[in-house]
Amino acid sequence: MAQPGSAYSLETHKEKSETHTMSVLVDNEPGVLARVIGLFSGRGYNIESLTVSETEHEAHLSRITIVTTGTPMVIEQIKHQLDRLVPIHSVTDLTVTGNPIERELAMVKVAGAGEKRVEALRLAEAFRAQVIDASTEHFVFEITGRQSKIEQFIVLMQPLGLVEVCRTGLAAIARGPERM
Amino acid sequence: MSASMTGAQIVLQALADQGVEHIFGYPGGAVLPIYDELFQHDRLKHVLVRHEQGAVHAAEGYARSTGKVGVVLVTSGPGATNAVTGLTDALMDSIPVVCITGQVPTHLIGNDAFQECDTVGITRPCTKHNYLVKDVDQLARVLHEAFYVARSGRPGPVVVDIPKDIQFAKGTYTGLSNSQHKSYRPPKEGDSAAVEAAVELMANAKRPVFYTGGGVINAGPAASERLRELVRLTGYPITSTLMGLGAYPASDKQWLGMLGMHGTYEANNAMHDCDVMICIGARFDDRITGRIDAFSPGSKKIHVDVDPSSINKNVRVDIPIVGDCDHVLNQMLAAWKKKNPKIDKPALKTWWKQIDTWRARNCLHYKKRDDVIMPQYAIERLYALTRGKDVYITTEVGQHQMWAAQHFHFDEPNRWMTSGGLGTMGYGIPAAVGVQMAHPDSLVIDIAGEASVLMTMQEMSTAVQYDLPIKIFILNNEYMGMVRQWQELLHGGRYSHSYSEALPDFVKLAEAYQGVGIRAEKPSELDDKILEMIETPRPVIFDCRVDKHANCFPMIPSGEAHNNMLLGDDVTEQDLENAITEQGKVMV
Repeated sequence: MAQPGSAYSLETHKEKSETHTMSVLVDNEPGVLARVIGLFSGRGYNIESLTVSETEHEAHLSRITIVTTGTPMVIEQIKHQLDRLVPIHSVTDLTVTGNPIERELAMVKVAGAGEKRVEALRLAEAFRAQVIDASTEHFVFEITGRQSKIEQFIVLMQPLGLVEVCRTGLAAIARGPERM
Repeated sequence: MSASMTGAQIVLQALADQGVEHIFGYPGGAVLPIYDELFQHDRLKHVLVRHEQGAVHAAEGYARSTGKVGVVLVTSGPGATNAVTGLTDALMDSIPVVCITGQVPTHLIGNDAFQECDTVGITRPCTKHNYLVKDVDQLARVLHEAFYVARSGRPGPVVVDIPKDIQFAKGTYTGLSNSQHKSYRPPKEGDSAAVEAAVELMANAKRPVFYTGGGVINAGPAASERLRELVRLTGYPITSTLMGLGAYPASDKQWLGMLGMHGTYEANNAMHDCDVMICIGARFDDRITGRIDAFSPGSKKIHVDVDPSSINKNVRVDIPIVGDCDHVLNQMLAAWKKKNPKIDKPALKTWWKQIDTWRARNCLHYKKRDDVIMPQYAIERLYALTRGKDVYITTEVGQHQMWAAQHFHFDEPNRWMTSGGLGTMGYGIPAAVGVQMAHPDSLVIDIAGEASVLMTMQEMSTAVQYDLPIKIFILNNEYMGMVRQWQELLHGGRYSHSYSEALPDFVKLAEAYQGVGIRAEKPSELDDKILEMIETPRPVIFDCRVDKHANCFPMIPSGEAHNNMLLGDDVTEQDLENAITEQGKVMV
């Protein structure tokens, strides 16, 4: 029985889901990440990717980059709900402000021998991935770029002896000279 | 001012500097240093509750009836977890509370120590903000900041968790001067262009209605004054949520009564049929809107709220104004006066005529009886017999709460303390304790149900200890009435576990607590007994035996629109059976 669980969801179901990248400036204090994550789980929002690090040491500010999906009404709610948290300084929806630069770093471990090994190295060069660890049996590649590029690289490595992948999640910044 | 003191001394100094006069608390191992300091303090009055949930509700009642921040002091572990219901209640209803919790010493945190719990973890989603203080030199700043956060913007509860070693450690006290949060600055003024646009829309309205809420009360008594002025200037009808009762006088002719699930016929129909809705400090809660896709379909909506996340959450509005109700009402008043608009008087006259036909439906009517006390009648008599007195009302949660909202009328803000958002049974007695503490000479009545009241009955003991002459007016129908009503409507009258087969003798219970017990069983004796209660200068439990099967009407069945109400006097068995659709049944 496809019934809405509550009165709230009646309308929003009709709207299409969008993906947005948000940049959130927060006080780097204990528990701040838990507040953000708790907000998302508590209110049933999605997190596609989340990256966090202190970016301004003097001011003890961290920048969190969140990729989330939802209907326009939910996206608007997410922004306001985040902004309501006391240690949050600002919430910027980079998708709205316009075509942000988005990058992710991945480390890709590939093991193998012979032609497969040579092919892996050749592809890595084509993708401008660096070799950051190697033995006669394996490579670890470091690759940076848009998520689609990383996805593609990982798919190509699959038949060439892909062992494991580690990804940082998305970091994003607005274009142009202005500060967020 | 800065001086070297122990953490416990810093706590007391910070409270004193914040102008705190009363603390509601319960001691325990992890707060003993603070209690030791308290022992030597005579300015701060500590109220010893009987359960930590009661401490928070008492602080809520205190806060809501005075406009000040309520203060709670409890110990670690169970002290903190017991406070969680109260904190959540304060969060849902935007009540400013600072709750200080003791914590095990810093070196034991994370060690599963005795009476340890992750207080900041547990209270993170049920507070506006919380702190764990690990450095005694930060303690004063954090405490002052906690008060600032609790009362600023949309008010709410703030927890400050203080490990025991920090309470003993010596540190520097810093005074009030630097007590603002470094970045948290909630909005005050509304956008003036939006205010202009709102006034323009209001001026051209043909079927306007004001819909106001707890935000007006939270913005202080001045906001209520401004609301009254604006509403009278416009001549428009006004309704309010449960939390907003009293901001506009119920005795005024422009008042439509409460709206929502158990609101009046005229208020809900006005909401449904209006062309301009002016929402001030309310949040389009599901108890108000009913079926959201059928909510006031033809209206343009203005929404004033200090919390931007309340805007466009449930209902899309046309003119959002983010700002403090008091400031924005002031701006709206100024803009209205400056514009001095020509309103469409004939249209407004027709609108009022329509409203009068709804009013004539007399939706709060019920059948009076000579043999048993009808619960509505009990509230009516309580209201009539307390006129001219300085009255504060608290409630528990359920049918009695709705009857109180319908039949007890409020002409002033801060007189009505009830648990709206969370719907916490057991709120009323401790809240009454808090209110009476703040207003020792006033008449404080908890309008209660016999089921709710047993959840925090132990606070009767607190009332007796501090000579707080609260009146607990129980509408005793032996059922969890609202549960029974829903079972009747939704579940074919199968009253699963909603009848209390064993109840205490409330008169004897009152006596056991060293209070006064009064019982009324017949309508003929009700007035005398109520007067006796009012005249008794001690805590009273009033056992008012009422009709066991009365239901609370009018009612918008869940999943229905505002203009599809069940009215009390013409509900048939058939109506009750069909009142709630399959879709409505899955909603709460």
